[in-house]
Amino acid sequence: MNEIILTNLETVPGRSIVEHYGLVQGSTIRAKHVGRDLMAGLKNIVGGELKGYTELMMESRRDATGRMLRQAEELGANAVINVRYSTASVTQGAAEILAYGTAVKVE
Amino acid sequence: MEALAILAVLLALGFGAGRHLESRHYRSIREREAANIHIPVVTFKRLEPGRAVADARLAVGSIVVSADYFKRFLAAFRKIFGGELHSYSSLLDRGRREAILRMRESCRDADVFLNCRFETSSISKGRQDKISCVEVIAYATAVRFADEVRPQAAD
Repeated sequence: MNEIILTNLETVPGRSIVEHYGLVQGSTIRAKHVGRDLMAGLKNIVGGELKGYTELMMESRRDATGRMLRQAEELGANAVINVRYSTASVTQGAAEILAYGTAVKVE
Repeated sequence: MEALAILAVLLALGFGAGRHLESRHYRSIREREAANIHIPVVTFKRLEPGRAVADARLAVGSIVVSADYFKRFLAAFRKIFGGELHSYSSLLDRGRREAILRMRESCRDADVFLNCRFETSSISKGRQDKISCVEVIAYATAVRFADEVRPQAAD
C-alpha cells in the first residue's frame, strides 16, 4: 500500500473519492522538560524563537498525525482529507495537539 | 535597590538584544519571502479547472516565539490604560510570516498552496508560568501540477 495522502481540502486534487470512512483523529499530550524550560526562560529575556519548544511541538504534531494515519490505515483508507490541527494548553506546561480529518479511499 | 538594578539590566538586555534579534529575523524573513514570492499561497480550495495535478500533500510549518523582557514590560504598562499592544503585534507578525515560510520550504516543488490556515495558541498558560510564548502553525495543501508550464513564470 502506498503512502496515505493528506490534504486540508474537501477533495484530493486530481483524484476522485470512491469511499468515505468517517472521522479519524490522533492526539498527544506532551510536557516540556526542565532543561528545555531553563533554556526557554533565558531566551525569554531577549525574545525570539524558542527552538526547544518549536521542536517539541513539531514532534508532537508528527505523533498526533501518525496516530491519525494509523487509524485511517486500519479502516482501509488511502487518504485523509480536510485535516485540521488544534492545540490546547491542558495544564501548566503541557500542551495537547490534536489532528483530525476524514478518511477516504481515492482512485 | 538590587532588585531595581536587576530589572534595569533585564530591560536593557531585552531592549537591546531583543531589538537586534528582531531586526535580524525580519531581514531573513524579507529575503526568503522575496525568494519564493512567485509561488502563490491562497486561502481558497478550488483550483483553476482543467489543470492536471501530479500530486497533493499537506504542508505544515510552525514556530514558537516569545516576547522579550522589554516588550512584556511595555505590555504590562499598556494593560493599565488599554488599547492596542503594538509591542506584541510585531511578535505575532514575525511568527506568522516565519510559519508560512517554513510551510513553503517544507514543499519546495509545489506550484500552489491551497486553503492555507493559521492556528495560534498560547502554549504556556497560568500566572506562575513566567515563560510567555505563542505557537503559530500554518498549514495548506501543496499541489504540484503535472504539466511543464508553470502558472506563473519565475522571473
